[in-house]
This record gives sequence, structure tokens and C-alpha cells, in this order.
Amino acid sequence: MPTLQLNGRSVTLPDDIDPATPLLWVVRERLGLRGAKFGCGQGLCGACTMHVDGQARRSCILPVGQVAGKSVTTIEGLGGDHPVQQAWRDIDVPQCGYCQPGQIMSAAALLAAKPNPSDDDINRAMAGNICRCGTYPRIRRAIHRAAGSSPSSITTGVQTFNPETGEG
Amino acid sequence: MKLTRRKLLVGGGLVGGGLLLGFSMAGDKPVPQSAEGSFQPNAWLQITPDGRVIFQLDKAEMGQGVFTGLTTLMGEGLDYDPARIQVEMAGVHSAYNNPAMRMQVTGGSTSLTTAWTPLQEAGATARAMLMIAAAHHWQVPTDALRTDDGVIIHSASGRRLRYEEMADRAKSVTPPKTLPVSSGYKWIGKSLPRFDTPAKVDGRAVFGTDVSLPGMKVAVVLRCPHFGGSLRSFDADAARRHPGVCEVVQIHTGVAVVADGYWEARQAAAKLKVEWDKGPLAGLNSATIRRKQEQALDGADTVVEAENAGDAERALAHARSAGATVLEAKYAAPFLHHSTMEPQNCTALANGDSCEIWAPSQAPGFVQALAAQYGGFDRHKVTVHTTLMGGGFGRRAMTDFAGEAAAIARQMPGVPVKLIWSREDDMRHDFYRPSTLHRLAAVLDDKGQISAWRHRLVSASITKGMAVTLVDSYLPSWLPEAMARGIGRFAGNTTANLDTSMAEGAEIPYAIPNRKVDVALYDPGIPLGFWRSVGHSHNAFIVESFMDELAHAADQDPVEFRLHYLQEHPRHRNVLKAVAKAANWGSLAAGRFQGVAVHESFSSYAAQVVELSRGSSGYVIERIVCAVDCGRIVNPDIVVEQVESAIIYGLTAALKPALTIEDGRVVQSNFHDLPVLRINETPEIEVLLLPSDEHPTGIGEIALPPVAPALANALFAASGERQRELPLRIDA
Repeated sequence: MPTLQLNGRSVTLPDDIDPATPLLWVVRERLGLRGAKFGCGQGLCGACTMHVDGQARRSCILPVGQVAGKSVTTIEGLGGDHPVQQAWRDIDVPQCGYCQPGQIMSAAALLAAKPNPSDDDINRAMAGNICRCGTYPRIRRAIHRAAGSSPSSITTGVQTFNPETGEG
Repeated sequence: MKLTRRKLLVGGGLVGGGLLLGFSMAGDKPVPQSAEGSFQPNAWLQITPDGRVIFQLDKAEMGQGVFTGLTTLMGEGLDYDPARIQVEMAGVHSAYNNPAMRMQVTGGSTSLTTAWTPLQEAGATARAMLMIAAAHHWQVPTDALRTDDGVIIHSASGRRLRYEEMADRAKSVTPPKTLPVSSGYKWIGKSLPRFDTPAKVDGRAVFGTDVSLPGMKVAVVLRCPHFGGSLRSFDADAARRHPGVCEVVQIHTGVAVVADGYWEARQAAAKLKVEWDKGPLAGLNSATIRRKQEQALDGADTVVEAENAGDAERALAHARSAGATVLEAKYAAPFLHHSTMEPQNCTALANGDSCEIWAPSQAPGFVQALAAQYGGFDRHKVTVHTTLMGGGFGRRAMTDFAGEAAAIARQMPGVPVKLIWSREDDMRHDFYRPSTLHRLAAVLDDKGQISAWRHRLVSASITKGMAVTLVDSYLPSWLPEAMARGIGRFAGNTTANLDTSMAEGAEIPYAIPNRKVDVALYDPGIPLGFWRSVGHSHNAFIVESFMDELAHAADQDPVEFRLHYLQEHPRHRNVLKAVAKAANWGSLAAGRFQGVAVHESFSSYAAQVVELSRGSSGYVIERIVCAVDCGRIVNPDIVVEQVESAIIYGLTAALKPALTIEDGRVVQSNFHDLPVLRINETPEIEVLLLPSDEHPTGIGEIALPPVAPALANALFAASGERQRELPLRIDA
């Protein structure tokens, strides 16, 4: 069975793992890292977000066979003092906290690609991460804070988002 | 009611000193969790010899902030930095019963309001006992001592002792009847950073689905998709042969597949051949339900009166015959799903007639009861561990998941079994917010005053279903089945008639001389549950929309119109005036439109203004402004969080497509066909907290009811079209 890099360590997966098994369940159940969460099993909610070769991916629909030889980073591998995590603590973003590992991983990926995102950039990048507790306003502020900039304007208005087409 | 700090500390408290010495006075068993050798003056507090202060949190932390807020109350009373207090989730014990409900339940926005006095008193009494112990030890009068954050100080001599140094001696101190008074709050009233944030930011926080035990297996359950249906037969051969599967067993809700992991269990379950009996709701559709609701408006067997002042029927009849202005309208609100971010789940470990359960729940007592009933355990031998949970919103008070996990575990003794529901399971086997249909009529006299208000709603009782289930679980098992069912039915029907949640929020605060509100019962049989703000969630939409209709019919400003009928309600008036001012009501920029709503729920007051602009394909919510009065505030930032939370949760219900019923089952299954609000659809939210010395009251739910009506009223202002059914259309 292939190896993968998990949070900087090389991991060889046991032979009995079906390569179709979603990465989420391999990480949670076989590798013991339960920070990434199960929310929908269809890649619709983002709670399972991890980085694969630096890209934010929905691990609940990503077969583990497809990450052979790749580098996977989970919330546990972010270090705890990533600027996003620091901003999340400063602003007290989490409420129930269940969606937050996924939110944080998506935000970290956004800032890696766009160090100074606009409100529109944030909306687009984070629209795949659902929060039922309503932490969205704080997530926006925290991402701006992590980027070291203040929010551009107080309002971004409402846009409709079609998860099927990704169109706004 | 006003509660000064001095009164709190000297008077012995409102909710009863009995709670302080909870377990020992009641002659009950000791509380389930007890650190060895600790000073344990009450059911919530332990101080260990090695210097830990441990707080038993008897409420569910589901995001609403009790992990921080209630710990703060204890720390304040004890004079010990709450951030250093170690929080444990309390076990099941009568000492932890919610005084508002006489059961161990988190809900109804009652946690802080019921804990305000008891927890501070519990902390203060413990502090006093430690000081008395120190006074004896130092041979000085007690009133020569003071404390400072966990340290007892004798200023005259400069001697100091930490609390834990006196913990052993304090055990033999008789709790005093009067307590030393300190001035001012150290921690209450400050926006302390939440104590649960760090673990929720670095992935350490353990939710129900994260519970991990040696040798643990994972289970999924296939249930009949038709409500009230049952299992006819199943063929497990192929499923059993799937790699990693340990067991396939039948339980009371369907067929359970137990495997090494979730994926294996789910793949195996797909290989099950199952035949279901559709049951009594076969053929039931959303359209059928609506038709029967219409019929029930006038033809229901049972009508429950909620409010009756003056003679609204006569006033209406008179107005109609005299040709006066009578407004009539029909409103409707659909079934609503909870969709907690974390699907339902529960872990159970059976050993003989005892069982250990790990459950993310709002009602550990119900977890115990249902686990005992469906697992066949002795209820007193069911140990419940409450975990963090990914959202509650009322769903996790219905502990069906515990019954299922226990039933599976019973068949695999000695093996921990973690039951995980899929999102599809969760959406299709929820306990939904009831669908309601409303008919309203009101009379405007020749001065444009409302002289009569008549509101009938068609609804079904939430507590009816709960009563039937719970009564059954508490009855002795030797009672004949038929008798048990009969008692359950009686309990159900009784509670239906007494179920005040159906009309809550429809008993209007407005000073209208003739008012009649009643509920016509029609129960289609869809499972019902408590949904954030319960009856207020639909009744506020109806009341505040219809008030708006009346305001426009009377050609009056909607804010001034409401204020006129709220002369005797200063707290309604204050939030309404505050939000109007903050939102620049009445002086808007061109192309902007506003709607307003004010509503009291769970003893707190919220008013909102929704502001729209015209977009390329409809309207855009530019911002929502909310003013809140929830009495004295313990942690302002958490209050703001909860207002943001409830508004956004309410916006999903106000805007997104509702679930539909076909053939007695929910059609939708996941977030693609039952969408919820996302970050790019979320407007800016501005929150005003009104300062108050009143007793703290609820905040978890209270900002939800005004959202839908404020939005509907804004849409009317923008488009001239009155929408009377949820969800609202915001696109052109």
C-alpha cells in the first residue's frame, strides 16, 4: 500500500485499506487524527477540508488511493499558531466548533494563495464551508485580521450561490 | 425582577438553598463524578488538595457559550479566575435538574437565567467555608480575612493561604447562613475570551463523533424512510461478507450494520436487501397536509385556547356588518429541519444489565431513560457521559440516537459501539419544527386604531410525541404492553392540550381591547421537536407581518404604529426605539428599503431592522440591525455571538427552500437539495446590547423570531408585495 506524507511525517498505509476509502475516514479512524470532521459525505459542507499538496480538498469524497505519494496536512498539522488560528482565537470565532477545522483549513489555503484577499475573494473561497452556528461574520473579520489588513467595507451584500454550479 | 448583588449574597437565593447542598440533603446518591479527597461542598464544585478547582457543568455546550458563562458565575462567587477552572461535563443526577423544567435539560434559553443565583451562591458559600477554615487555623476572626483570586489573606499580618491548602479543613465547616459581601464584579460583565476556543481551533476538541475507545466498532442503521413504517424483512448475507463487518442486527428502528469503521459499515449497509412496510403515513404528501390544515381551521376536533380578552368574535362580526375596515389574511410556515453540523451519533458499551454511554445530547436524563428502555438495561446502571456537540438547536434533546446505540451495544456486550448517522439519515429522521397554517383578522376603527385581533393557528403538539416516548420509558417493565400504551396515549393527549409552545409568541403584547388566539389541533404524524425558538419561530413571523399590514392599512409608520400599542411595555419600546435609531429608520438613502419587527421570547426582547437594496436579479440584504435586552449581561461578546448566530440560523429558514413530504417520507437528503445559508449569502449584522440590571434572561434563541418578519416587511416596503408564506422570495 502506498505511502503519503501526513503533517510532515511519512505514513505507510496498511494493505487492507480499500483505496476507494475516502481520505477522511482513513485519517480519522486508521491514523487517529480526528480534527477533520464528517458533515455530509458528499463534499457539500467543507467540514472535512484538508490540504493535499497545498490545495484545500474535501477529504470525504477523495479516495485515499488518489493521494498516494502526496502531502496531506490536517488541522493538527497547522501547528496551532498559524496566523489563521491566532486570528480565530483573537476574535473568538468558534461557537460549537464542529465546522471550524474545515473553515480554518480553507482559510489557510486562501491566504497561502492570496495573502490579501478582498471580501469577494473570501466569499468565493469560503462558500464551500457551511457553519450552522452563524460564525460567518467573524470568519470574514478573522481572515482579514490574519492577512494583516482590516475589512475593506462593512458590507458585501447578499449573493446567491449555487453549490451545483458554483455560480454566484 | 431586580436582583442586587447584596441581596444575592445575604438573602439565601431565589431558587433555593437546597440546591447548594444538593445531593447530601436530598438523601440522593452522590453525584457521579468526584475527585478523590476533594472538598466538595455542593454538586458543582470540587477543590482538590493538589490545587485544581473542578466545575461540573450540568448544561450542554452546543456553541451557545455555557462552558464559559456558567463557569464565570462559579468563579465569580468563589473569587477564583474562571479561566483556571477545570470544566467537566456533569453526569446524570437530580441535583442537576434544570429548575425551569425539573429535568436535566439544556434548552429554552434557560441556562444562565436559572444558574445566575445558585452558581454564584455555591461559589460564595464554598469561599466562605474556606475563609472560616483559615480563620480557625490562624486564630483570627473571619471578618479580618479577604480573598483574592484563590488566595485567602489576613491583611493585618500579611499571612496568605491558597484555597486548596484549606480544602481539607473546610470539609468540616458548617456552611454559613450569611455570606461575606464583596463590591463589584471581577469577571461578570466582561467579554472574557471563551474557554473552549483554543481546543476548537487546534482540532483537540472531542465531539460525539470523535469518541474513541479501545476495541471500538462503528455502526450505521438503515431505517424505514416512511415515518411510522416498520421493517418487514431483510437479507444480510452480502452485507455480512463485506470486509470489516462484525455484525448485522435488527433493532427497534431498523437494521444495524457494525464494522471496523464508518466507511466499511456504510458500504456494507448498501448491500443489505431490506423490505419496509410503509406504515400509516403512506401516501401522505405536503399537499395533503396543507389541505388538512385548511380543513382543520374550522373543522378540528380539538381547539386549545391561548388567549381571550374582551370579545374579538363579536367585535369582528359587528365590524363586518357595519362595513368597517376588517383586514384578513392567511399565513403559512413549513416543517423545518435542524441540520446540526454534526450528524446525530452516540457511543455505547454494554456489560450485563449496565451500560456506559457517550452522547452529545441536551438531555442526559433522556439518554439514560431511552438507553435503558431500548437496550434493556437497569436505568440506574446507565452511566452517561455528555460530550461537546456540533450544534444542538433542540435536536439533541430528542435522544433517539441513545436508544439505538444501546440496542446495538446490547447485542455486542463488552464491545464499544459508536453509532454515526449520515447527513441523509439526519435530514430524513429529524424531529421537525411543526408546519403551521394561520388565519388572522383584525378591525381598524374609524380612527385607525386596532380594536380587535383574532388569530387561529393550526398546529400539532411537540410534547405529545415526547410524552408518549418518555412515559413509556419510565413505566415499570412488568406493566402489560397495552396498559403502557394506553398510559402513554393519555399522557400524550393531555400534554397536547397543555402544550403552550404551539401558541407562544402569538399572545401579543399590543394593547388591543379584544383579542382571541387559539390553536386548532391537526397532527399529520410527522415527528416533531423543539426547533430554535420553538413556537416563536413561526408566530413572530405571523404577528409582526400582520401588524405591519395593519400599519400600512392605517397609513402609519410601522415603528410609530407599534410603539402606540406598547405603552405598558417599556422593554419592548426600548429595543424598538434603539434599533430604529441605529438603523436610521425613516431617513434612508434612495434605493434602500427597511422592515422592522419586535418580539419578546424567553423573557428577553429583540427588535430588528432589515435593510434591502435592489440587486440585478431581486433584492439584496445590505444589513441587519438588532437591538437586544436580555437583562444583565455576563459576557457581552458571547451575547453578540448568539445574536449573530440566531439571525443567521433564522435567515436560512426565511430564505431557503423548505423540505417536502411525499408518501410519508422527506424527499430531500443533503445540502444540495436542502441548502442552508453560506458565507457569501450572509449580510453584515450590527448588534446593540441594551444595558440592564434586570435578572439575566435568555439569549440563545431570542434573536431568531424577528428575522423573518423584518425581512418580509422590508420586502413589502421595497416591492409593494406582501408575502405570507415562508420561505420568502427575495429574487425578482
